[in-house]
Amino acid sequence: MAGGGAGTSVLLRPPSVPATTAAGAWLRRLTSRAAAPYWQVAPLALVFAFFFLLPLAVTVAVSAWRYNEYSMTPALVGDNYAAVFSGCLTELPSLCLTFKTYLSTLKFCVLAWLLTLVLGFTVAYFLAFHVRSLTGQVVLFLVCTIPFWTSNVIRMISWVPLLGRNGLVNSVLLAAGVRREPFTWLLFSDFSVVLAFVHLYTMFMIVPIFNSMGRIDRALLEAARDAGASGWQTLWNVVVPLSKPGIVIGSIFVVTMVMGDYVTIGVMGGQQIASVGKVIQVQLSYLQFPLAAANAVVLLAAVLVVIATMTRLVDVRKEL
Amino acid sequence: MREGRPPAFYALAAVFGLFVLFLYGPMVTIIVLSFQGPTGGLTLPLHGVSVHWFVRLWDGLGVVDIWAAFGRSLRLGVVVMVLTVVISLLAGYAFRRGFRGASVVFYTAVASLIVPSIIVSLGIAVQFRLLDAAIAWIGGGLGLAAVTEGFTTSAGTFTSGLGAHLTWTLPFGLLIMFAVFNRFDPRYEEAARDLGATPWQTFRHVVLPLIAPSLVGIGLFGFTLSWDEAARSSQAFGSDQNTLPLELTGLTTTVTNPEIYALGTVTTTVSFAVILVSLLLFRTLRRR
Repeated sequence: MAGGGAGTSVLLRPPSVPATTAAGAWLRRLTSRAAAPYWQVAPLALVFAFFFLLPLAVTVAVSAWRYNEYSMTPALVGDNYAAVFSGCLTELPSLCLTFKTYLSTLKFCVLAWLLTLVLGFTVAYFLAFHVRSLTGQVVLFLVCTIPFWTSNVIRMISWVPLLGRNGLVNSVLLAAGVRREPFTWLLFSDFSVVLAFVHLYTMFMIVPIFNSMGRIDRALLEAARDAGASGWQTLWNVVVPLSKPGIVIGSIFVVTMVMGDYVTIGVMGGQQIASVGKVIQVQLSYLQFPLAAANAVVLLAAVLVVIATMTRLVDVRKEL
Repeated sequence: MREGRPPAFYALAAVFGLFVLFLYGPMVTIIVLSFQGPTGGLTLPLHGVSVHWFVRLWDGLGVVDIWAAFGRSLRLGVVVMVLTVVISLLAGYAFRRGFRGASVVFYTAVASLIVPSIIVSLGIAVQFRLLDAAIAWIGGGLGLAAVTEGFTTSAGTFTSGLGAHLTWTLPFGLLIMFAVFNRFDPRYEEAARDLGATPWQTFRHVVLPLIAPSLVGIGLFGFTLSWDEAARSSQAFGSDQNTLPLELTGLTTTVTNPEIYALGTVTTTVSFAVILVSLLLFRTLRRR
C-alpha cells in the first residue's frame, strides 16, 4: 500500500494555446490532463469533507453550546466539560464516574491488546514462515479473513449457546462431574467481553503483521541460524523487530476500536458494563447533544494521545 | 528436496487449528441451533430438527418490521458497494498521478477508519439536526410549501445513512487501490498509448481488465461492511429507518428464543453468498 506520492506534484500548465477569453482559459484548464487528478479525487474528498470532517467540527462546536430539554443554543461555555468531569477533582481519591469508565475501558484495551497481539503474531508467524506454498498461504489467510466479512453482532451472540448458564461449556463440566454448579461468569461478564474482542479483532493484528513478515528477507533468518542463534533468539532479535511496523499498525486498530466500542461491551456485557461509547449513546437518547459532544471530544482527545504515543514507536508512513 | 518439518511447525499448526475452531465454532453452533425443534430453547441439545423458527421469522417478529430493515440494508449495501468501487477507483487514479493536498486527503481517509464510530455517528446526527433547522428556517422564511407542510428531517437511509457507511467503506477501498496501483506495470498503458489508443480506450481495454479482480474485492468490502455495520449507523439513520444490524442489536436484549439464531443464519447466508460470488468472480477474471 502506498502513501501515493504525497503532495509532490505541481499543477502543470496546460499545453500553451493562447487563451482568447478568460472563460475559455478556465475551461481549457479544467479539462486539461493536469486537472484530471483533481476531479478524480473530488467525490472521495467531498464525502469525507461532508460526512466526516464537518461532523467532527460540528461536534467540537456543539460541545460548547448550552441546551435544555427542548433545544440547544449556540454559545461558548465550558459547562458541558465541567459536567463530564464533575466531581473528578473534589471527590479524589475516590474516582468520579468518568475516570471509572475510562479506567474500565483501559482495562479492556490492555487485555484485548495483549491477547490479540500474542494470538495474531503466532498465527501470522505460522502463515508467513511455516506454510510453504503460496496457494496454501492464500487459502489459510482467507480462512482467517472470511469471518471479518460477516456480521459482528451475530458473531457475538453466537457465544450465547456456548457460554450461557445452560450452555455447552457448563453442560460438559457438569456432566463430567468437574463442577457441581454452573459457572455464571462465562457470559455477560468482563470475561465474555474480552473473549468477544479477541474473537472479532485478532484479524486486525494478523493482516498487518503478516504483511510486515512477508517483507522480511529469508536470508536474514538463515544468517542468524548460521551465526549460531537459537530459534527463540532468531524470533526475538530478528523477526520481532522487523515485524514492528505491522505490530504497531495492528495495535492502533485494536486499541482504538476497543476505546470507542459500545456495541460489543453492550451485547457481551449484558448492557451492565460502562463504556464511554455507551455513555455517549445514552446521552444522545435523552437528546443531550452538547453533553454527548463534550464526551465525544474528550474520547477523541484520548484516542489521539494513544495514537501519537504508538506512532512514536514507528514511522507508519514508510509502511503503507 | 524438501527439509523435514521442524517441531515448532506442529505446535504452531495446532495453535492455528484451534484458532480456526475458535473463529468458526460459535458460528456453526448458532446455524445448527437455528434448526432447533419447536419446543427447543437457546442452547443445545437440539429438541428435534425443524424450520419452525425460520417460519416464525418469515412471518415477521411482531414489534419490529424485520423485513423492512432487511430490504433497506440490502438496497443500501448495493448502493454503497457501487459507490465505493467507483469513488475508490477514481481516487486511486488521482493518487497515482499525484495532486496538491494528496497527503491531507490520505490522512483524512485513515483518520476516518480510526476515529471511533460513535463519534462519527454522533457528528452526523448533530449535523443533520442543524441542517434540518436551517432548512425549516429558510423554507419557512421563503414560504415554500414543500418545507412548511410536512418537512420533518433530511436525515435518512440514503442521505445521512449512506454518508456514514461511505466514511467506513471508502478508506478500505482506497487502501486496496493503493496496493493495486503499486503493483501495476505502467508499461501496459504506454504500449496501448503507443499503439494509438485514447485514454478512455486504454482504460477500458487495458487497465480495467487487469484490475477488475481487485475491483471485485473492493465491491466485496463495500457490500459486506455496509451490510454488517452497526456502530456507525446507530445515530446516523433517521427515526424508523433502522438497518438490519441495528434491529439485530436491539433484539439481543429482547428475544429469548431461537428466532434470533434463524435471523443470524439468514444474515450470515447473505454474507457468505456475497463472499462466494466475489471469490468465484475474482478467480474467473484473474484467469482471463
